[in-house]
Amino acid sequence: MSLSVEVRHAAPHLDFAAELPSGGIVALVGPSGSGKTSLLRAVAGLLKPAHAHIALDDAVWDAAGRHLPTRQRPIGFVPQHYGLFPHLTAQGNVETALLDLPVAERRARALRFLEAAHVADCAARRPRQLSGGQKQRVALARAIAREPKLLLLDEPFSAVDRATRKSLYVELRQLHAQRPTTILLVTHDLDEAAQLASHLALIDAGRVVQAGATAEVLTHPASIAAARLLDIPNLFAAQGAEDRLHWGPHALRTAAPAADATHFVVLPQNVLLVRPDRPLGSHLENLLDGRVREVMQLGTEALVWIEPAGLSEARVQMRLPVRALERYRIEKNAEVRISLRAADIVPLAG
Amino acid sequence: MNGPAIVLSLQLALVTLLVLLPLALVGARALARWPSPARPWAEGLLVLPLVLPPTVIGYYLLVALGGHSPLGQWFEQLTGHTLAFSFTGLVIASVIFNIPFAVQPMQRAFEAIEPEVLEAAKCCGLSGWHSFARIELPLAWPGILSAAVMTFAHTLGEFGVVLMVGGNIPGETQTIAIAIYDRVQSFDHGAAGTMSLALLLISLATIAVSYGLADRLLKARRA
Repeated sequence: MSLSVEVRHAAPHLDFAAELPSGGIVALVGPSGSGKTSLLRAVAGLLKPAHAHIALDDAVWDAAGRHLPTRQRPIGFVPQHYGLFPHLTAQGNVETALLDLPVAERRARALRFLEAAHVADCAARRPRQLSGGQKQRVALARAIAREPKLLLLDEPFSAVDRATRKSLYVELRQLHAQRPTTILLVTHDLDEAAQLASHLALIDAGRVVQAGATAEVLTHPASIAAARLLDIPNLFAAQGAEDRLHWGPHALRTAAPAADATHFVVLPQNVLLVRPDRPLGSHLENLLDGRVREVMQLGTEALVWIEPAGLSEARVQMRLPVRALERYRIEKNAEVRISLRAADIVPLAG
Repeated sequence: MNGPAIVLSLQLALVTLLVLLPLALVGARALARWPSPARPWAEGLLVLPLVLPPTVIGYYLLVALGGHSPLGQWFEQLTGHTLAFSFTGLVIASVIFNIPFAVQPMQRAFEAIEPEVLEAAKCCGLSGWHSFARIELPLAWPGILSAAVMTFAHTLGEFGVVLMVGGNIPGETQTIAIAIYDRVQSFDHGAAGTMSLALLLISLATIAVSYGLADRLLKARRA
């Protein structure tokens, strides 16, 4: 069971092909202008690409010579600015998605979905009288009222404040648990994708850079382009040789094959500080001596940049709790020893 | 005071409105949603009556509706009288001359509807008709009202085209604007003054009432 999306189009440029699992929350992540909104619009049928094959499970929506009109697709769509009907109340907005039902049933059902989205008390208000978070919830209620097989969300949390966003994340997860449907979520926010999505597709310039289970994509980029899109700071050029990477004067052991590698990444949270009193590590660890070049405190966490010995240009970023800075005397120009475990080093081929 | 002229003017304005408004509504929506390189030309053609002198429009209409034109001949065979210098001819002329006053406010109103709202209607499963009736028409309503008022008021006051196409036949084509001109030509300034005041008050009342309605509509929507 899957959502199969294959779209090619000239303007906006799209050359996308992916089989996404149905039933879960899938995030399409990419920078602004990467084509993710256009892709969502193509899936909704609002954009008619030059070439498209779009199918959800057994139902084909787009194929050569076939284009199912948007209104016949079993979708719910929450656009970036919600697209609420400004002249109708919240209740009227949701009822509009249920016009095929008798009036009484339509009213009852609209109210039920407003309740599910926690905005039943706003039923009689018009969009201009609603806050950003309330608009978002009404738009969500309207989108799920038809019980769609596919729910499309375009940057749905971008215009609400942080606290509202956090509660909306929880509510979306709860709604998804109650009504299992496939959700395709477009976002430029990796943290948002990490919190919500079970599956993730990284997009750049209209193409899939990497797709897979969220945890796998976030920790194991498959290419240099993916590492850059994931904004992993520790991306370094190195020379691969079987199970080793030659990085300046260091030979790093890797768990993954590294023969073709030209670069490697290691996530900041996987860079470990080695206590001076600790005995030497196992063969699965790579120990590096270095000097602290910069320390930045961000609330309870600190970012520390370390220059490894013999690599004056390289800066390895690591994260430490602020209290660890004092305990281990981590300050600018301090000498430290760090450990990179072989399994945490991801070799990348150019 | 020339009662029949006032009644004729009101009749002409009302019939023009009834004929033109539905046609202009369809045309305005089509123009608003029509992404074509030919669109500026179509818009230019519709706006021509605003920039050409009424005598030029009147002349072409007279040629098109006159006894020598196919349309004029067909109408004469059908009804036994000419299309030019008749109330029907006047209605046709008035409808054509009022196209920009009816189309433009409605076109702008349809264009002002957010594309995201129209797409949301599609995603809600609305058919083209449902989207038009439930979403577009209510949102474009102030523009439609404005178009109706402009058409009505403009027809009441139109002079040049009416004189060219309809002439000055009392009870048939003599509207109040023509009657005022006729009275001034005969140095009957008393009657001309009374009729001018009547026309002024009717036009003012029409516009004021419609502006009041639009205000109430907007307030109700904001409340």
